Parts: sequence; C-alpha cells; structure tokens
Amino acid sequence: MRQSIRTAGIVAAAMFVALQLPTLRAAELQPIIRSAQPKIVKIYGAGGYRGLEAYQSGFLFSAEGHVLTAWSYVLDTDYITVTLNDGRKFEEAKLLGADPRLDLAVLKIEAADLPHFDLAEKAVAQPGTRVLAFSNLYGVAVGDEEASVLHGIVSVVTKLNARRGAFATPYEGPAYVLDAMTNNPGSAGGALVDYHGRLLGMLGKELRHTQSNIWLNFAIPTAELRQTAEAIRDGKYVRKAPDEQAAKLSDPQNLDLLGITLVPDVLQRTPPYVDAVAPGSSAALAGVRPDDLVLFVNNRITQSCEMVRKELELVHRVDPVKATLLRGQELLEVTLQAPPRTTTQPAGAKLPQ
Amino acid sequence: MTMRTALLLFAVMGFLSATSTAPCRAVDVDPEVLAVEAARVTVMAEARSKTVAIFPPEGNGGGSGVLITADGYALSNFHVVKGSEKHMKCGLSDGRSYDAVVVGIDPVGDVALIKLFGRTDFPVAEMADSDLVRVGDWVFASGNPFLLAHDFKPTVSYGIVSGIHRYQYPAGTLLEYADCIQTDAAINPGNSGGPLFNAEGKLIGINGRGSFEKRGRVNVGVGYAISINQIKHFLGGLKSGRIVDHATLGARVASDEDGRVIVADVLDDSDAWRRGLRIGDEIVQFGGRQVRTVNAFKNVLGIFPQGFRVPMSFRTKGVTHHTAVRLQGVHNLEELLAKTQGKAEPEKGLPPAPKRKPGEDGPEAPPKDDKMPEDKDSGKPKFRTPFGADDSKAEPETPEIVKKSFEEKRGYANFHFNQLERERVWRALSTRLPALTGTGTWTIEGEQASGGSAAAKTAATLVLDDGRVEYRLPTGTASLPLGGSLTGATDPQGSGGMLAALSLWRRLLTQGPEKFGDLHYEGAFPLPGLPGEFDVLLGRQGGVVCRFFIHPQYGDLVSVEATVDDALDPCELYFSDFREAGGRWLPRRIEVRHGDDVYTVIAPNTWKFQEAGK
Repeated sequence: MRQSIRTAGIVAAAMFVALQLPTLRAAELQPIIRSAQPKIVKIYGAGGYRGLEAYQSGFLFSAEGHVLTAWSYVLDTDYITVTLNDGRKFEEAKLLGADPRLDLAVLKIEAADLPHFDLAEKAVAQPGTRVLAFSNLYGVAVGDEEASVLHGIVSVVTKLNARRGAFATPYEGPAYVLDAMTNNPGSAGGALVDYHGRLLGMLGKELRHTQSNIWLNFAIPTAELRQTAEAIRDGKYVRKAPDEQAAKLSDPQNLDLLGITLVPDVLQRTPPYVDAVAPGSSAALAGVRPDDLVLFVNNRITQSCEMVRKELELVHRVDPVKATLLRGQELLEVTLQAPPRTTTQPAGAKLPQ
Repeated sequence: MTMRTALLLFAVMGFLSATSTAPCRAVDVDPEVLAVEAARVTVMAEARSKTVAIFPPEGNGGGSGVLITADGYALSNFHVVKGSEKHMKCGLSDGRSYDAVVVGIDPVGDVALIKLFGRTDFPVAEMADSDLVRVGDWVFASGNPFLLAHDFKPTVSYGIVSGIHRYQYPAGTLLEYADCIQTDAAINPGNSGGPLFNAEGKLIGINGRGSFEKRGRVNVGVGYAISINQIKHFLGGLKSGRIVDHATLGARVASDEDGRVIVADVLDDSDAWRRGLRIGDEIVQFGGRQVRTVNAFKNVLGIFPQGFRVPMSFRTKGVTHHTAVRLQGVHNLEELLAKTQGKAEPEKGLPPAPKRKPGEDGPEAPPKDDKMPEDKDSGKPKFRTPFGADDSKAEPETPEIVKKSFEEKRGYANFHFNQLERERVWRALSTRLPALTGTGTWTIEGEQASGGSAAAKTAATLVLDDGRVEYRLPTGTASLPLGGSLTGATDPQGSGGMLAALSLWRRLLTQGPEKFGDLHYEGAFPLPGLPGEFDVLLGRQGGVVCRFFIHPQYGDLVSVEATVDDALDPCELYFSDFREAGGRWLPRRIEVRHGDDVYTVIAPNTWKFQEAGK
C-alpha cells in the first residue's frame, strides 16, 4: 500500500461518510418502488412454445381496471389472465382494443379502487434522466411476488426508424433508448418510471438490430400512448361491437367484392392471411399480396377470418374499407372500394396511404 | 466500474444543473455527492480485497469466490469447482496466488467451500442478514467475469436488487436456486461463485446464475445470487467435508383456488406424518415464514439442509398446530454422487416438478434455457488463464499442502476436513468432561418426575457400564443388556429408547470418537427451543443412528438423539443445568423426550464414575 497521509485522511473521511450515506442512497429508491409496484400487473395468454413466452407485463392506468400493455401474440386468445401485484387473479380479462402502430393494447379487468398510473401526468425524460423499469421479465414473479425492478438512465430520445430496416418494429415514433437491460422476454408492457415515481413510458418488445445483433432497450413515451389508450378506455376508439348493431345491412361489403381470398377457415380462430388476390380487383390495385395478414378492418382488430367477414358485414357496399396489413415486419394500410353495382368495371382503387 | 461511475456522475451533474448540456464544462458538484462517491469507492476497494479469482490448475475456465474466515475458508459455486477435482489456484487483489483445496460441496444449492493456504490473516467478508435485503437496495458484485483477472484484481459491477425470494427451477436436476436475490448488477460468466455485497460492503449472497436466453452468454440485467442466509444453514455441513444434500418435507403441496398451500400427499414414514400432517391440511407457516404460494413454500424448503428441524404451523379441520418438523434428504447417497459427477441419474425418489398454471404459480414451463454462467465448458471461447498451459497435456503437479489436506472418501468432497472438525468438536467436549475415557461403571443417583410433572417425584438411579444400562425406580427396574444390536430397543416403553440412547451417550464418552465405531462430524444443526446451532457428531452403532449435539462455544453435550426404529420417533435426551464437579461439567437435568411428549425428567444429585483400570 503506497498511500500518502493525505490520501489516508480522505479515505478515513470517506469511511466515516460510508457509515451513513449509502443507506441514504438506498432508501431513496424504496418509496418509488413501493408506489409503483401495486400498479404493475402480470399478463398470461397465448404462447408457451419454443421462443414464444406466454406472458408479458402491463400496468394499470385507471382505478377501474384498465391495463395498458404491449400488443402481441400473447393477447391473441380468449383467455387472457391478469394477476395483480397483491396476487389477485383475473381470468378472461377483456381486450378492449389495440393499436399495432403504437404496439399497444388495452385490457379491462372487473375491479375497483385500484392504484394506477396517470397518463395525463405528462412526465418526460431527457438523456441522463435516471429511471426504474418494472416488468415481469422471464416470468420470474408469480402470484403475489413482485415484478422485477431494473435501474438505469435514458441514453437518448430518438426515433427508432424501424421501417428503414435496422430494428424491425412497426413503431416509428420517438422512443426512450435506455442504458439498462430492460427489454427482456416478458418485459414488454412494463412501466418506465422516473425517480419521482411518475410514469415515463411503456417498455417495448425485444428488438434486435438486424445487422449488428445488438439488442435494444427502449420504452415508448407516455405522450405517444396517451391519446389512443384513453380513447380505447373511453370507448371512443372503436365502434360498437357487431352484435350491438341495430340492424343488418341490406347491402354489405364482402371479400369477393374487394377481390380477396383468405386462407381456408379451418381453425377455431384461423389467422386471416390473404391466400389470393383477384387480378384487377380493388385489392390488387391497392397492392394487397398473398401472405399479408389482415390485422385491422376499419381500425377494429380482426383476429380471425371469421372476424374479417363480420367486420365487412358492418360496412355498406358503397363505403370504402380501410384495412391494416402486416407484411413481414411491415405495417401497411390500404383503402379498398367495392365496384359499384351499376358497372361491370372495377372501380379505381385508392392508393395506399 | 469507472465508466459506470462516470456515467452516474454525469447523470448527477445533469440533475444538478438542468441546463447543462456541455459534458466538458467544469461543474461544482455538491460535496455530499462527492462524499457518497468517495465512500462507495472506499467500500468497493475494501470489498475487492476479499474477492477471490479461482483458476483450476490445468488452465481452463475458472470463476470467483469470497473469503469468509481469516484462515482461508472461501465460498464459491459448486459448478466452479466441479471439474477442478481437489486443487485450485486462487488469486487475490494483492496480486498473489494461493493454493486452495475443495472442502465441502452442496451440489443442489450450487455452493462450494474451499480453503486457501498460505496466510492466517486473509481479509474476511462480513456476512449480512440477507433477510433484510429489500428491492431497490444498491448492491455490487465483485469477481472475475470472462476470467479477465489475470492480475487477480477483481471487477466490480454496480446495480440494485431487482427482486427477492425468487425461485429458480433446477437446471437439469441440480442447481436449484431457492429464495435467491435477483440483481441488475452485471453477472457474467466468470462471476460465478463471487460475492454480492450490499452498499456497506457486507456479503449478502453468492452470484451464480443469470437468465440467459437468446442473447448469448452475457449479462441481460438479470442475475441471481444464492442468499447468504441459506449458505449459513449449510456452512457446518460444508465444513464437514461432506457432499451435503437439500431437504424435503416428505410431503407434496399444491395451491388451491383460494391461494392456500394444501398438502396433496404425505409419506407415512416421514416426520411430517408423525407430527400429524395429513392430506388436505393447510400449511400456514414454514421455517418462520408465512406461506401463501407453492413458490414461497419451495423457497423456504430450499434454504435448509437435510436433517434440519424447522418450525411449521399447519391447519387441520379448523385447528392450527405448531410443531418442529425434521426435514429428510432429497437424494440417497447414490443419487447424490451420480449427480455430483454429472452422470445420468435415475429420477426415483424425486418428486416431479409441479406443472405451474399460468397466472397461478408461474410460467407454463420452467425456463429451460436458464443456465448458470458455466465457465469452463467446451465449445465456448476459451479464456487463457494466468496458469494456462493450454497446449500442455501434462498433469499439473499437486502442491504438498494440498496433498496433505485432501483425503478421498465416498460421500465426501474431502474427508480430511471431517477428521479436523471431529477432532475439534471432541477436543471441546473432552475439555468439559475430561478423563471419562476408559471409566467403568457409572452410577447416577437423583430424582425423576414422569412426564416432567413436578408433583410425582421419586428417587431414580441410572447404572451404566459396558454390559448393561439400568434405570431403577421404586416401582421397578428397566434394564438393557449391551453387546448386541440396539435395533428395536425402545425400553422403557414410551421413551422411544431411553436406555439405548444412554448407552450410546456413555459409549461416546468412554470410548472416544476413534473407538466409538462409525462416527463423523455432520455439521451444525438447530435444536427446538434452543437458540443457535450445535455441532453434531453422527454415529451408527448397533444398528442405531445417533446424533450428539455439542454446544459450539462451551463444548457441553446438550443432546443425544437415538433412532432405534426407523418407523418411530427417536428418543431425545436433553442435558442442561451444567455444574462443575471434580473438573467435569455435569448436567443437573436430563429431559427425555419422545415425539411430542416429555417421557421423564431426571435430576441427578450424585455422579460416580468407576475410574479406569479398576
């Protein structure tokens, strides 16, 4: 040990400080964690096959049980289970709506007086902001066991530029890129919180750079999610469910009119993949291709061939149909128009937006 | 560490002056912030000196460890020392390397105890109470990630506690991490076996596992440390040089719809059964903790070794019972040896891992891809170690000190240390009870009160010699002739074998550990109603398993337990109220227990020992 007396003095002073200060530092996180944990939920649904975990994370944003989470295959089932932080379990949570462009979905459980985040709080982060991430990564917590907490800072606020290739995600908006290993299996839908316990954003899915294989840790800022999440919560985002329609339309749309053949409907819930496109049809002109997956019809989720057909029954033959398609990792929106009854010529389809 | 510190400092700077965007500008940092930083640097420097870089002598692989005694005992992972056989090279932050030998292993819990040679003043990590660890605590890991420590100077990574009481399914059938601490401090291959310290630099766990899936074998922010409180339970067993086993209750539990933990099955030859546990009962408390999920139950079970007696509360037909239950081993010796050597093993005797339901007990399937950072497997990039002679096929030479400190024996990682511990315990015992070896007939006179009730006191005499044990009461005499098998010798009726237990007690004290027969040091175990843990010598004599509990500080023999019939509760003798007489510390109270009952209490007044040779 080659220490000058001065260094030794500093070390001694530091050791004196060590008796108290690390405890102070440690204590500062616990109130944040205590306030955030009751708002975090564990979500269980479809999956469970190799590489597809059947679980993810979410958080409450209303006292009545509205849960914000990531839109993913996990929710592609009638049996979504939500487990609250205190161990209460809600089977068959209702999927109220989803927006694949924001990668978000809203679930509803039947409960009251729940602790929740306030999306209107408008907390924002800058590069350097210290953050905590809450999620049920790897499904490690069960029942009343608490979600995992990771710490880090916001590295940069940037756009993911997903479509330009590097990170394959439909989300194109601004994102908090994090210096913390937040985005693990099961983390998607978790909450990013600042050192005041305020919600900053929702943890995104696992994303890997297609060339460098680097895994990205990021969250979508609350400001990007709020409008849609609240619209879904308030029932303004989606129209009424089909069975609530007053009367059946006399002259509705159908797939044949638009020129789309879906894959044979052989499962209880066959994913609505396009099997063929009729040449010269509205679909063909709009650029629809075989193997496209129909995610939404007029902004309503279509999780099966059956649901696509039902949605079209709600549209008048003369009205345009907006369809959201998934092609590989890319989202496309097309507007389709059935040909008018009076003419045999196919109507000019609008170009993709 | 420095980069992380710089980042944090930068973050703090940004925090202090919100407008600061120029990283190069000098900023007046709050002295308190600087003091915190200086304190952390000091704590980490101190902690690093206790961290061990472990390298097998042949030069491939390695890991980490942490010193826990000044004479060189250090903790690591089983999977780090596995394959090193007995000898390893250990480096400390002073830049020196030390020879070390394996002492004991816990293959199920993934813990190993090793001993470094060459100093008696090794820096020692102080163990914290890991039950006090909270999520959000600042912690740091110290170790040898990616075997970078060619100069033996450990790497430090900083983070917080992400979760506590985590249950991690066994990887294969071993390496179950129960009740572990989850951290986002970087745990990489090579960190295995190294310490996780709290912000004060006290040891809270041993890092050993991470959630590694598709991202390759590097940290993903999810590391797991074995809690130091669990290791404290196993430490005596590890010092015994044995291959220690984990425990089972002898019962299988499941959670019901109301979130209660219900007994689904219970073995009728288990202690749990004898304590009254039946199918359908609800387990309320176990090992001093509330139990509301199967995970919570398994967490508690996982922190105890075979043979521990732990408090348990269970509810049967609306009535809550409080008891202490003996935990039995999970494996027989064959299975444990097979697992330790990594052979394919039969699964018999192991309860199947319960399938967990979504949202109830966990994910659909155990995370099969969870692997510990195993640091020496082939196929992965090989790290050259300071002792590396990768191309040399020559057997590395075993140093003299290691040769002297290693003895192979079936069931043991290193039998040499069992002999050391047995010797230590016997020395302590014979200081309190000197010159009893070789004595002839013992005559102990006093009073007894059946069932412990003070009302009906009568005179009682015990006469013990090599040929018989007699228990004389005014109403009659119970006698046990010695020389043959003690199996089934439950006399007097209702005692569970008091005479047999007394004969074994005398045998140990008159014959000594060498001549007693099969006798080894088992470890440190608790006794119901008494604080702390006791050194246990375990013997087999006349077909009977007996345990001698010796006070770790004073050396008093406080209890003898003899199992004369495997289907019955053992007879337990409890010695207390020790008084000195003629240089010997003799008990004024001997309580005889069988199952949940006190059979009798004997209060000796006079002790006569026929001297040796007479």
